[in-house]
Amino acid sequence: MATGQSRASRLVLPVSERDHIQGPPDAPLALVEYGDYECPYCGLAHPIVKDVRRRLGRRLRFAFRHFPLAEMHPHALRAAEAAEAAGAQDKFWEMHGLLYQNQQALDDPDLLSYAAALSLDVPRFVSELADRTWEARVREDFMTGVRSGVNGTPTFFVNGIRHDGPWDADSLIEALSVVAPVHA
Amino acid sequence: MILKPGTPAPAFTLNSTPDQTVSLADFRGQPLILAFYPADWSPVCGDQVTLYNEILPQFRQHNAALIGISVDGAWCHQAFAAARRLHFPLLADFEPKGAMAKNYGAYRPKEGVCERALFVIDHQGTIHWSYLSPIGVNPGADGILEALESLPASARTA
Repeated sequence: MATGQSRASRLVLPVSERDHIQGPPDAPLALVEYGDYECPYCGLAHPIVKDVRRRLGRRLRFAFRHFPLAEMHPHALRAAEAAEAAGAQDKFWEMHGLLYQNQQALDDPDLLSYAAALSLDVPRFVSELADRTWEARVREDFMTGVRSGVNGTPTFFVNGIRHDGPWDADSLIEALSVVAPVHA
Repeated sequence: MILKPGTPAPAFTLNSTPDQTVSLADFRGQPLILAFYPADWSPVCGDQVTLYNEILPQFRQHNAALIGISVDGAWCHQAFAAARRLHFPLLADFEPKGAMAKNYGAYRPKEGVCERALFVIDHQGTIHWSYLSPIGVNPGADGILEALESLPASARTA
């Protein structure tokens, strides 16, 4: 029936090798964040995710996917492309952290300074940004989010199910253990 | 209880700006998405209308138009739409308050606001899909896109 009173939104694209993952790929618990580098709420979520990862250790794999709200956040798409360009040089998470620590400074010269700070091949980074090499990848993340029911930023998926509750560390850890209890 | 698929969509004419109105009949011949929501200025990034604003290109691939509806007045909508850079109209279900929402079964009399309810209306003015979300949960856009894809191809072309 077409009318639903409630529907659990699920991750349509499972976490796989295409993703940027922290933690063991076969960890029993999975947290996926759809985020935007210019979104202040995602900035608040960044240290929370770190805390969750620290507390759950190797029981958790965390994946980050891009969901730039580009109409509202003019730097968000570019910053996401910069993270992917850094990822092409194996520095995705380092750039990810720098972007969240510097959410007020996401203009192109800022992005270049972060690339330099990470000792990236800066000419390659610059040309990939100029060529929009990573735009399609970022938009693919965005569309998988839309199809999975992402409804703002940040949106978390706990073991594949959209998490609609509060996202402080305790709440996320509780949800991770409730949605799929750890059998160990 | 919100109106179910197969029901003719109740007609409406409401202000989208202080001096412009929008009517159901304006959208005859194309799919129309109605997004009822409780209030302008919800304090989160990517609230419902902001999200749909980002996804407009995907809706347009189905030749679909989108309008948002709340009980806020036209001046409030105008300021909100400008602040969020919205590219679709917001209708003011303001006087008599909630009249359109009541016709769609999407009004909360206790709080005096619209439900979070979604409708996809086909090119002939019949409700094709409807969905009532818990008031505190932004429903996202996946259900809308699935509903648009389930329209017959003839209903999507102008």
